[in-house]
Amino acid sequence: MKLRLENVQKSFGQTKVLDGISLEVAQGEMLCLIGASGSGKSTLLRCINLLEPLDDGAIWLDGIDIAEPSLDPQPIRQRIGIVFQSFNLFPHMTAEENVMLAPRRIHRKTRDQLRQPIAELFDRFGLRDHMNRYPDQLSGGQQQRVAIVRALAMKPDIMLFDEITSALDPELVGEVLEVLKSLKTEGMTMIMATHEMDFAREVADNICFLDQGRILEQGPPQQIFAAPKQMRTRDFLGRVLGAHKG
Amino acid sequence: MASRPAGLTRRQVYERSLKRRSLIIAGGSTLAVVLAVVILVPLSPGWEKVKLSFFNGEVFVKTFPKLLNAFVLDLAIFAWSVPLIAALGLAIALARDVRNPVLYPLRLFGAVYTDLFRGVPVVLVVYLVGFGIPGLGLPRPWNSPYIWGTVALVLTYSAYVAEIFRSGIESVHNSQRNAALSLGLAGKDVMRFVVLPQAIRRVIPAQMNMLIALQKDVALLSFIGPVEIFRQAGVFKSLLANFTPYVVAAAIFLVVTVPATRLADYLIAKQNRSRS
Repeated sequence: MKLRLENVQKSFGQTKVLDGISLEVAQGEMLCLIGASGSGKSTLLRCINLLEPLDDGAIWLDGIDIAEPSLDPQPIRQRIGIVFQSFNLFPHMTAEENVMLAPRRIHRKTRDQLRQPIAELFDRFGLRDHMNRYPDQLSGGQQQRVAIVRALAMKPDIMLFDEITSALDPELVGEVLEVLKSLKTEGMTMIMATHEMDFAREVADNICFLDQGRILEQGPPQQIFAAPKQMRTRDFLGRVLGAHKG
Repeated sequence: MASRPAGLTRRQVYERSLKRRSLIIAGGSTLAVVLAVVILVPLSPGWEKVKLSFFNGEVFVKTFPKLLNAFVLDLAIFAWSVPLIAALGLAIALARDVRNPVLYPLRLFGAVYTDLFRGVPVVLVVYLVGFGIPGLGLPRPWNSPYIWGTVALVLTYSAYVAEIFRSGIESVHNSQRNAALSLGLAGKDVMRFVVLPQAIRRVIPAQMNMLIALQKDVALLSFIGPVEIFRQAGVFKSLLANFTPYVVAAAIFLVVTVPATRLADYLIAKQNRSRS
């Protein structure tokens, strides 16, 4: 699995949201996107998942340009899981049904065939007792973990995480980040937009700093956090880390 | 400290006294209005005549069983119309959401259909369909007013029901569609498993109100033949030269529609609570 973005361009009306993004993610790599709100992190992830069409540029997934507008997005989306800030579980289904829906419809598997592997997934993330609950009966952290399980059930090649801890109470952030760490040890390829700088520093292989739709600086976390080259990166980190340390 | 009943907080004592006061005022004003009606209405010069021709106990007793019997026909027409309206209404609502250019005619049809049948009074549709189509010289049983009367109701009501379904579909937040799409689900599966179930739940109270309106509009079929309760009441009126049968018919309708209205209001209130 290899993902490569080439000069990705996206505008909403007159506003340029992504202005020539190029980057590469290797198999098993975790890439963290950091940057201020509105810098284009979320839009970039939604473009990779084809929820937003690109204006220009290319996205190569294993040698295929998935940004080709005439391609059917469905089979591509099945290979790219995404988890959103606001969970977006289906409120009328139990946690288990949320996870089962896509494999049932797409892989044409029966509930009976799916029950065992899905129970194991719930088990792995400490959600066994919550399988038959509805989303509004779960805490934010539990809902977000179910959303991760839902995406994983499709066995994607790469997972995208769009500020998945931003809507959580502080005491629930940890349990969700733990899930990402365990995915990382299993070799999952991941791109994560985040404001959790400590987590990015500890877990990411590479960091991209986005500013006004461009990648201003990228590199391994030691370099970005310890010795940022760009003034704007330094400013941004100074602000978020300063605020964080109180 | 002033003395107060044991176990009550200051706030509870205050709220109790407020409640008692408003109960007394509400009871008093209701009593005054009822008394005024009971005393003043019979004082009006035409009261004796009105009482005889609208509230005649003898006529009431005599016509009630037959009117109740005729009402069974209203219920039957209602019962077989509802599933047809629900199915056609949903189909029209979905047709209006179609994005495939090949199916554009379907979308256009949906739009024209809802505009047309919401724009024409029900009674006109009943007349045009109920008299017009059998007028084509169809053989029995295809000239039955039951069939074409039902068709008229289904055509009109499914236009309203379709719009309500559509508002429900549009009320489902786009993030739900995106979440389903991002899993790789096909557009039709997203609609069927994610959007529609939520949309239908949301519009149940509004559709209940449509059912109540339909229950009453079944009486319009009397204009094209079926002897349902309104027509039966008309027969009795001519026979007995008395309007009491209409009052009986109204009372019978109310027995069905009032609980249904209460239920719809209850569902709406419940939904508002769960959303806030």
